[in-house]
Amino acid sequence: MPTVSTKKSALQYLGLGLFAASLLVFTTMLGLDDYEFSEDAILESFSAGDGANYWQQDAAAFQQAHLKIAGEETGLLTETFGSTFASEKALKQTYALAQARVKTHYKTEGLPQDVDSEGKPKVNEKGEPITTQMWQVELPDWKLKNNKAGWIKNAATGPVESNPWLFFLLTFGLGALGGLLYILPKFAAKPGIKNDHIFHNPLTRGLDLSWRSVFLTLTVLGIIVYGFYYMNESWVWPVVTTVIGLVIIGLVLFVHNSWGRDARDAGPEDYSGWLGILAGTYFIAFYVLLYWADQHVVAWVHMVSPISEGIFQYFSGNDSGGEAGKWFLYGLMYSFIMVVMGVRMIAKYRHNKYQIIRTISVMFFQLAFAFMIPEILLALNKGWYKDEAVLPFQDMKNIWPLDYDFFHSWSVDGFINNPGSLGMFMLFWGIILIVVGVPLMVHLVGKRWYCSWVCGCGGLAETMGDPWRQLSDKSLRAWKFERYIIHGVLIFAILMTAATIYSFLPNGDYWLNRTSFLIIFSALLAGAMAVALVAYSKSRLTISKLGLGLGVAFGVGMIGLNVYYMATGGDNYLFASTGKVQEWYGFLIGAGFAGVVGTGFYPVMGNRVWCRFGCPLAAYLGLVQKFQSRFRITTNGSQCISCGNCSTHCEMGIDVRAYAQKGQDIVRSSCVGCGVCSAVCPRGVLRLENSSEDIYDRAETERVIHIDMEGGVSLMK
Amino acid sequence: MHVAIIGNGIAGVSAARWLRKLNDDVRITLISAETEFHFSRTALMYAYMGHMRWEDLMPYEPFFWEKNRIDLEKNYVERVHAADNKLEFADGTTMLYDHLVIACGSRWNKFGWPGQDLERVGGMVSAQDLQYLEEITPEIKKAVIVGGGLIGIELAEMLHSRQIPVSLLIREGSYWSNALPPEESRMVSRHIKSHHIDLRENTELDTIHDDGQGAAGSITTKDGEKIECQFVGLTAGVSPNVSFLKSEETIELGRGIKVDNHLRTSVSNIYAIGDCAELRTPQEGRRAIEAIWYTGRMMGETVAYNILGKAVEYDPGIWFNSAKFLDLEYQVYGEVPAHGRDGLATLYWEHEDGEHAVRINYEASTKAVRGFNLMGIRYRHEVCEKWIATKTHIEDVLQNLGLANFDPEFYKQYEQDVVNLYNKQEGTKLQLKTKRGLSAAIRFLRKAVST
Repeated sequence: MPTVSTKKSALQYLGLGLFAASLLVFTTMLGLDDYEFSEDAILESFSAGDGANYWQQDAAAFQQAHLKIAGEETGLLTETFGSTFASEKALKQTYALAQARVKTHYKTEGLPQDVDSEGKPKVNEKGEPITTQMWQVELPDWKLKNNKAGWIKNAATGPVESNPWLFFLLTFGLGALGGLLYILPKFAAKPGIKNDHIFHNPLTRGLDLSWRSVFLTLTVLGIIVYGFYYMNESWVWPVVTTVIGLVIIGLVLFVHNSWGRDARDAGPEDYSGWLGILAGTYFIAFYVLLYWADQHVVAWVHMVSPISEGIFQYFSGNDSGGEAGKWFLYGLMYSFIMVVMGVRMIAKYRHNKYQIIRTISVMFFQLAFAFMIPEILLALNKGWYKDEAVLPFQDMKNIWPLDYDFFHSWSVDGFINNPGSLGMFMLFWGIILIVVGVPLMVHLVGKRWYCSWVCGCGGLAETMGDPWRQLSDKSLRAWKFERYIIHGVLIFAILMTAATIYSFLPNGDYWLNRTSFLIIFSALLAGAMAVALVAYSKSRLTISKLGLGLGVAFGVGMIGLNVYYMATGGDNYLFASTGKVQEWYGFLIGAGFAGVVGTGFYPVMGNRVWCRFGCPLAAYLGLVQKFQSRFRITTNGSQCISCGNCSTHCEMGIDVRAYAQKGQDIVRSSCVGCGVCSAVCPRGVLRLENSSEDIYDRAETERVIHIDMEGGVSLMK
Repeated sequence: MHVAIIGNGIAGVSAARWLRKLNDDVRITLISAETEFHFSRTALMYAYMGHMRWEDLMPYEPFFWEKNRIDLEKNYVERVHAADNKLEFADGTTMLYDHLVIACGSRWNKFGWPGQDLERVGGMVSAQDLQYLEEITPEIKKAVIVGGGLIGIELAEMLHSRQIPVSLLIREGSYWSNALPPEESRMVSRHIKSHHIDLRENTELDTIHDDGQGAAGSITTKDGEKIECQFVGLTAGVSPNVSFLKSEETIELGRGIKVDNHLRTSVSNIYAIGDCAELRTPQEGRRAIEAIWYTGRMMGETVAYNILGKAVEYDPGIWFNSAKFLDLEYQVYGEVPAHGRDGLATLYWEHEDGEHAVRINYEASTKAVRGFNLMGIRYRHEVCEKWIATKTHIEDVLQNLGLANFDPEFYKQYEQDVVNLYNKQEGTKLQLKTKRGLSAAIRFLRKAVST
């Protein structure tokens, strides 16, 4: 009988069933355990450290006593809770009660007299005692926020907590098995393009523009409103972000005349892509829990902890330690998914050697550089808990500004203070990648060397995300949005990092101080502008004057600002609080954009939402690719038949056909060089190529056969 | 000046685009009864197979037409009144023009088979054909396709994607053997069969039988074999779609609309381009009607020059074409006749897997290269064309064969194998000098400009 789905064997249906079962276990296991809070586990977080002075010891004792009383009153320490939600509620109640009791205690008894570093009581000029402040002795909010996930994790008791391996097998194991049972039989089919029915399938057919807009708007608004609470009810950052967003929307719709323009809005207009909507919602929920509500995913962390402990103890030689955190969970999931879906990618494109090698490459970099090597280095360094050396968990292929906290003080401190040379190596390796590695490699082969061969985000997009690559929006309007947003994020990352380094550096005599940093920073900006302007004057590429103008204006403005700070030497560079800007960047871009929207919207807006609209490193690589690279996609003479397979399957939303049908080579800053346009072309029209012969003439010639009044009909000018 | 263009296929759209490119003031109306917007006819199959949405078939975004001031008229031209410079539409309205371009394309052939007008019998040329096939697909348990051209294999692939068993009847001994040389033709036949499509060589349709409800229920072949089927695809070629012009005697018709070398019909302000145009004096070695994408595009550009008073003769250049048979890609450049030609030597290399082949034709006397035929391998258009245009010696071509290779990176290169074969056949000791790569290709092509 005729169908609109691909042919599947019984084994493949079994695989799908097993995968669905694993997903069901994975979801429901979050609610299986009970939670019993022990007095010691909670009170331990409030004990006064070694060397605490008398009032600190007193305060700790009061806090612990009142927590205990409050805990008994609310039942926290006696009852058994059936869910993380009930546990969290009881913790909050108990904590609020204890806070009130501690406050009342100090209000009635009075605040203790403060002491100096030598333990002598402090007095003012008149000899009157100086007391401590209330904030120094009360129970602070952040202690609850930082500790609740840990408390809930330690309170867990039940099937998951006592059988982590069983659940690991039922989720990771069964999921991978089911996936492979579904995928491996694909190797038996004949090699060739396998896109039958992707637009018939409710998981991969997508939604039309209006529904996409609804989902996107709701998600973004949700993130921004939550940001208000995340920033401790500070409205400044959410409002600034909203205003910038509205300005970009206004620019695209009204300055670039997208409003009312009939775009090529691809369907379907209904809910027939319902499975994709469900998948997207699940991904979004996963990221929200992982980033901002990890107290509810402690069962997952419990499940993978034995693996983390095993790796740590094996390499460190310790008998204990190495408990998993949520990032270990995430890294492990990431690696599993990339391996299974990488096998799928290879099965799908096994007629194409470029795709096979590229897929093996991203799988390797994820498993080795992003996952195993940092875990092993951490274990070898014993950079865990109370050991002296605290090496940051550094994914060695992650480059600033994608790796946005590379220059944060804790990270740099970690590199510098680490005994031995490994930390310093990592710091210099990172800087060399940014300043030399990226421009040089992009010059030679285009940004693909990173985005579709090495990068973890790109790797996930190319493996797990491949079934949705066709959903990227190819309209001109989407391209306009893309350019404002991605370069906006790049500017945000630059400003944040400059402020971070500025406030980190001393004002002193050491050669690397604030002044020398501002000089280096200005020189880099000037160098980048010079390269762009030289390329612009020499190149016959279409380069947007507006874009170039905005870029130069930014560079000149920053240099001016740097001169101002060199002259005046303010304490804070640009932002009132470097900590706040780091926090907002991490929340909005690092978590909200890259995770929730970037991956959550795979089934709605395609698999490269983050790479296309958000990644500041992709923006940086892209500028080099456009202005100064040997890379381009060549169009094969006049062979294009405008069928549109290339555009449809371009994950970056490039309208490849628009160039190919004119016989023009494709030079676009966003192209990640995945090579799928070339693979799906039925007429052998596209090829990814590098050549230094004609860097400034790339994409210049129209090579479709056409008429020249003097020369007659010809292919080449 | 108002130019009306009948047909929004690649020929008509190319004419409209070039008119606008060359002249800012001309008023352009693009008329089509088929669809509101131009779409890529060659991609119809991908919409059916679910590779692409209908919108993805449109090469230009809808605002393109407004931005370029190309008026779109969705209407059917019933009659052309050449004496009055007037079009008469099916809805009774009329339109005046100063110049008319007819680019109305072709329709699939019916050769008078009994039952050819039944329901569930049809070709695959227009958006309506696709829509009709989509509507009747649930009723199809098995299909028969008649005719082994490019559309036949596409239609077979389409139905195959819906898991409908297909019998493909071809009159010849192997697939498309009137266009492909025998080795390549046999290769494609093998490839089709390996995809479990029932390819029946030397088989012709005799009758399509009614299932009792006015639709196709089975067919019999000329050998008397009966095949049950609920769909009969007629893909035995296409012919110009000119019946609406029969009432206008001033426009001379042959099989298509007769045009001179400036694409002008017998009426001086009416032109015809694309599939529907029949050249009175085609270039040597070329046919009077060439219903392919590229010629439509070139004619569209040529006609724009001529309408704007810059007389240019239509010159299709060196022949090229390409196709994809299921998973097998095919490209051709220059002279590759199906049955050879006296004085034309050929070097044919085929990989042992039977899915890759290179054929290079050259003059036996002068050794000048004449044509390339590629199966499962991609070659550069510009490089092949330049070799042919400059009558390059076959041995020169072979030693630099890497210049032409356009396969994706990391693909195995077969140039050395081709050279080895030539050495073996001719007793020469040629060495491959140039490997695949863009830099060398650019240097080679740029030399053309300077010399």
